[in-house]
Amino acid sequence: MPIILDLFLNFVKIGFFTFGGGYAMISLIEDVCVSKKKWITHEEMMNVTVIAESTPGPIAINCATFVGYKQAGIIGAIIATFGIVVPSFIVIFLVSIFLENFLEIAIVAKAFAGIRIAVGILILNAAYKMIKKMKKQPLAVGILICACVAMLLINIFSFNVSSIMLMLSAGVFSLVLFTIKNTVNNKGGKPL
Amino acid sequence: MIYLELLIGFLKVGCFSFGGAYAAIPLIRDVVLSYGWLSDETISYMIAVGESTPGSIMVNMATYVGSSQAGFLGAVVATTAVVLPAFIIILLLMVVLKTAMNNKYFQAVLSGLKPCIIGIILATGIYMIITRVINPDLRFNIDVKALIVTAILALLMFGSEKIIKKQISPISLIVISAVLGVVLL
Repeated sequence: MPIILDLFLNFVKIGFFTFGGGYAMISLIEDVCVSKKKWITHEEMMNVTVIAESTPGPIAINCATFVGYKQAGIIGAIIATFGIVVPSFIVIFLVSIFLENFLEIAIVAKAFAGIRIAVGILILNAAYKMIKKMKKQPLAVGILICACVAMLLINIFSFNVSSIMLMLSAGVFSLVLFTIKNTVNNKGGKPL
Repeated sequence: MIYLELLIGFLKVGCFSFGGAYAAIPLIRDVVLSYGWLSDETISYMIAVGESTPGSIMVNMATYVGSSQAGFLGAVVATTAVVLPAFIIILLLMVVLKTAMNNKYFQAVLSGLKPCIIGIILATGIYMIITRVINPDLRFNIDVKALIVTAILALLMFGSEKIIKKQISPISLIVISAVLGVVLL
């Protein structure tokens, strides 16, 4: 089988059989691309996961692009990325046509009232896991608390400030601080 | 024009969503609400649908919003937009910027960005639960039924790890919450 077709079919399979997003997908990608197909090594897989975590976008997309590119250049990258997106695209497109009518049924509306709470808990759980993994330096903890309070205020009072603005400020703040620290150190001053 | 709005809106999501699906939810909410594409309620329905259907939640959200706003073409535009930044960044990293990840200035930016994102996620989770438990019609009127459901679900999510050594899966939690919703709410 030509590699392009092989890539496409395998990533369609990965896209179709992973529920619940990112991290579930990574284990299947690892299974298919490292163990079965040997397209990439385990180390490469670990590296791309780390890179995926510190670059924006869905993690599974980062992985698909990486494996596709390794195997067949730009075309491979496009095919693998396309393949992993197609199954969910089709499913959600169908859902979007029917969802509105579906939600008007009383019992479904009640079920979704419960689901809304579950989604809140899932988001809290994601935050909890990230906090557990985080290196708890004072600066990081400070930024975390400030961002959390700011975001709550933005939500509660419907301020017209985007979360992107918060992220940009945190990034710039941290960069400025680092640059100052660096300059001071180079001049032989006391490290902060 | 709606296609252009979808393109720009989801490029923003694709560019700024570090750290996986739940990290992207606050951002998606932000963008989707600011354009007035979906209500807060529909967004949480879609997160649940995204959890129970194949694929990455971020991509699912983009497809749904695009389709609900501008049909099939809208879905294609929004999905492409959310995927594009991740695609391009990985290509760039592999082709030209192999050392960029180790650059100390890049790492400095990330070290500020990461805790900020965690704070935003935390706030979004808290806010979503508060708005369910406190009745928005009457000031400080607590919806007791919703509070009970919240307590049960939180106990399941955070308690399961201690009791059965394994955390309950998101899909099981959603199924249980749907049953609780029908029975209690």
